[in-house]
Amino acid sequence: MSESDKKKPNRRDFILTATTAAGAVGVGAAAWPLIDQMNPDASVKALASTEVDISGVEPGQSITVLWRGKPVFIKRRTKEEIDSARSVDLKDLKHPEKDEDRAKDPEWLVMLGVCTHLGCVPLTDKGDYNAWFCPCHGSHYDTSGRIRKGPAPTNLEVPKYVFINSKTIKIG
Amino acid sequence: MKKNIKLLFLLTFLISINNAKAIAETSQELLKVDWSFKSFIGKFDRASLQRGYQVYNEVCASCHSIKYLSYRNLAEKGGPEFSEEEAKAIASNFEVVDGPDSTGEMFTRSARLSDKFVMPYANEEEAKSTNGGAYPPDMSVLVKARAGGADYIYSLLLGYEDPPADVKLDEGVYYNKYMYGNKIKMSAPLSDGLIEYSDGTKATTEQMAKDVVSFLMWAAEPHLEQRHKFGFRVLIYLIIISVLVYFSMKKIWSRIESKV
Amino acid sequence: MSNHDYQPKSKLGKWFNDRLPLLTLSNHLQEYPTPKNLNYWWTFGGILTFCLITQIVTGVILGMHYIAHADLAFESVEHIMRDVNYGWLIRYVHANGASMFFLAVYIHIFRALYYGSYKSPREVIWIIGMIIYFLMMATAFMGYVLPWGQMSFWGATVITNLFSAVPFIGESITNWLWGGYAVDNPTLTRFFSLHYLLPFLILGLVILHIWALHVPGNNNPIGIEIKKPSNDTVPFHPYIVIKDLFALILFLIVFAFFVFYSPNILGHADNYIEANPMVTPAHIVPEWYLLPFYAILRSVPDKLFGVIAMFASIFVLVILPWLDTSKVRSAIFRPIYKQFYWFLVADVIILGYMGAMPAEGTYLIIARVATVYYFLHFLVILPVLGSKEKTLDVPLSITEPVLGGYPNQAKTKDKLNIKESL
Repeated sequence: MSESDKKKPNRRDFILTATTAAGAVGVGAAAWPLIDQMNPDASVKALASTEVDISGVEPGQSITVLWRGKPVFIKRRTKEEIDSARSVDLKDLKHPEKDEDRAKDPEWLVMLGVCTHLGCVPLTDKGDYNAWFCPCHGSHYDTSGRIRKGPAPTNLEVPKYVFINSKTIKIG
Repeated sequence: MKKNIKLLFLLTFLISINNAKAIAETSQELLKVDWSFKSFIGKFDRASLQRGYQVYNEVCASCHSIKYLSYRNLAEKGGPEFSEEEAKAIASNFEVVDGPDSTGEMFTRSARLSDKFVMPYANEEEAKSTNGGAYPPDMSVLVKARAGGADYIYSLLLGYEDPPADVKLDEGVYYNKYMYGNKIKMSAPLSDGLIEYSDGTKATTEQMAKDVVSFLMWAAEPHLEQRHKFGFRVLIYLIIISVLVYFSMKKIWSRIESKV
Repeated sequence: MSNHDYQPKSKLGKWFNDRLPLLTLSNHLQEYPTPKNLNYWWTFGGILTFCLITQIVTGVILGMHYIAHADLAFESVEHIMRDVNYGWLIRYVHANGASMFFLAVYIHIFRALYYGSYKSPREVIWIIGMIIYFLMMATAFMGYVLPWGQMSFWGATVITNLFSAVPFIGESITNWLWGGYAVDNPTLTRFFSLHYLLPFLILGLVILHIWALHVPGNNNPIGIEIKKPSNDTVPFHPYIVIKDLFALILFLIVFAFFVFYSPNILGHADNYIEANPMVTPAHIVPEWYLLPFYAILRSVPDKLFGVIAMFASIFVLVILPWLDTSKVRSAIFRPIYKQFYWFLVADVIILGYMGAMPAEGTYLIIARVATVYYFLHFLVILPVLGSKEKTLDVPLSITEPVLGGYPNQAKTKDKLNIKESL
């Protein structure tokens, strides 16, 4: 480097600074498309909802459907299962949520079949509560899908869904 | 300066080769349309795109698929921009096969926004056998798949004529002065008053050709408006930074040029 | 080179540099003494580095969304163009980037031809460069196959069929290349794999190319050897860096114009028709950057010799340092060579134009004459000029012609002195 740089902190420094700043803005703007291309694309976003036919599900049965690449549990609960879910004292829960808030229609429980610990799929009708049990690291969920025992931090997530009619649920 | 001219010369050479290719493929001078999407910041004419969809749907769609377009595209920015409700209503007019259901059966349901445009034929073979052996090409990228682009398709739609005396046409073959080889298996698809535009525009042949070609241009290049917008900004940015870098360069080089 | 004894100032820097001398390398790159009279034709090395990195970055991204399967490739490209966020931008940059890359490499090569940059002691730089150029053509050709349009398919068919010209084992070679009896899915998947691999080989060769350059240092417009560092040189950073950057931005303006306003003009419309093994397009034309070679191939009436002529046209470039025997490097001091140089440029442009035209009638005759002239230039004209041409007197240093109008003043210098300095 020549010594003369140090002497004149005026227009040269201004133009070099302006150029560097403008260059940084340009590089940043050019980088964004390269990053954003990995986000969900338009066709993936368009598939945000799935309609499920639930007419064939008997009380006590459950079905699993795929929504946004993840399993969704749809369980038609028996009277006993509903009662046991609703009789729990919220103080006993790691992540307190009322069953009434989780199941709009008490008979139907709809939730993501993804363990909130590290994303495995829990087994149905297994575990200490005879509801859901994640085999990966031993998380036990109750008949409302709430975490009761094990490392998972929160209850199984309830997605947005609506009953289109008595036979069809639209998830998403 | 002389060097820049040489560079320019090379560039023109590149482009001229491509033009030469295009000319070699279509002997006839194409009709030129002043398309709204041609200029540096050119955009589509929304109303024209919406009418163009109507022409496609009522005239072309009985033979030509447009398989890479989805119904949701009709409501997306930079396209015909139907409202989401309108796009849903359009989609619901079509039936798609879905399934299998829980018993293993395929079933039909009305189309949703996420579905691709329903195709008129199940496969290329069916399309050929129904159309006397000619395959009506898919229209998704048709404008980009023809040298001459939008002008060519427009010219073709208006290029039907009685054949010259020395040209003999077989049954089901038509004469079109813009078609490669002049023989085309599609009969003239448009005629005055063929459809009734829902916005009340008079449906002349030229109007319909213009609208449907705009629609096809959008179908082939759905991000054209965004491309033009970005391009304009990028060029302005590059010009500004080239000036900044130029003066930075002069400054830096002045350190040694004064010493020599 | 002055900087082998470079020592980092910080303790940590020194600790690291003793174990892996990256800081020494960085210092070398910054201080690298560069002739100060380099003109803008010398900025294309930096532009090419930029092109290669752009192609690799956009290519890796496209590889995340592209599906290398004969039934899905075309559709996946449309998926990129329509649905992937900014997919249209990334694909158009990649597709036009290939053309920009070749535009830059042709300018780079013709600059070397004009200023004699391939001559001793820079033969190895030149040969590595030619290998890079050859790999670029292979990479670009295989990349053009990937969208699986009509030109992809038929271009692949025609080019791979070149190998069927090999006597006796030709058919075995083509079947081996195809993984079948025609261009099909196995061909597509292997082309994708190789198209992904070759750019990284090119990158490695580019590093060798630059390494080989940094041993003797840059040639310069005057073509004389200069003392480094001296009054004739400037440190690479910031002088050459800023100049390269300025040229790069001008180049980007052209690049951006193609990407945003004419993204398909350098391609061929037929490639937006999905590949169909039953129908050949009316004119099969390679991408513009391969046209001169395509013209040479077609101008020879024999299949085998056509292929040989095409490969020979590249090979004569490889051995160019030994065909051009003139001791003077720069065309500035070679008045007759300078004429022939521009004849060659015109010849290659004519070949390119003929490559785009149908191979018949007058076109074919012109292409044949141009092909013959091409070889004549390298195999006859250059060796003859080397011994017969009366060159102008060469200045002793860069500073000299800068101070007094060159080259006339230099002419008065003692000729013997100059011979020694070469």
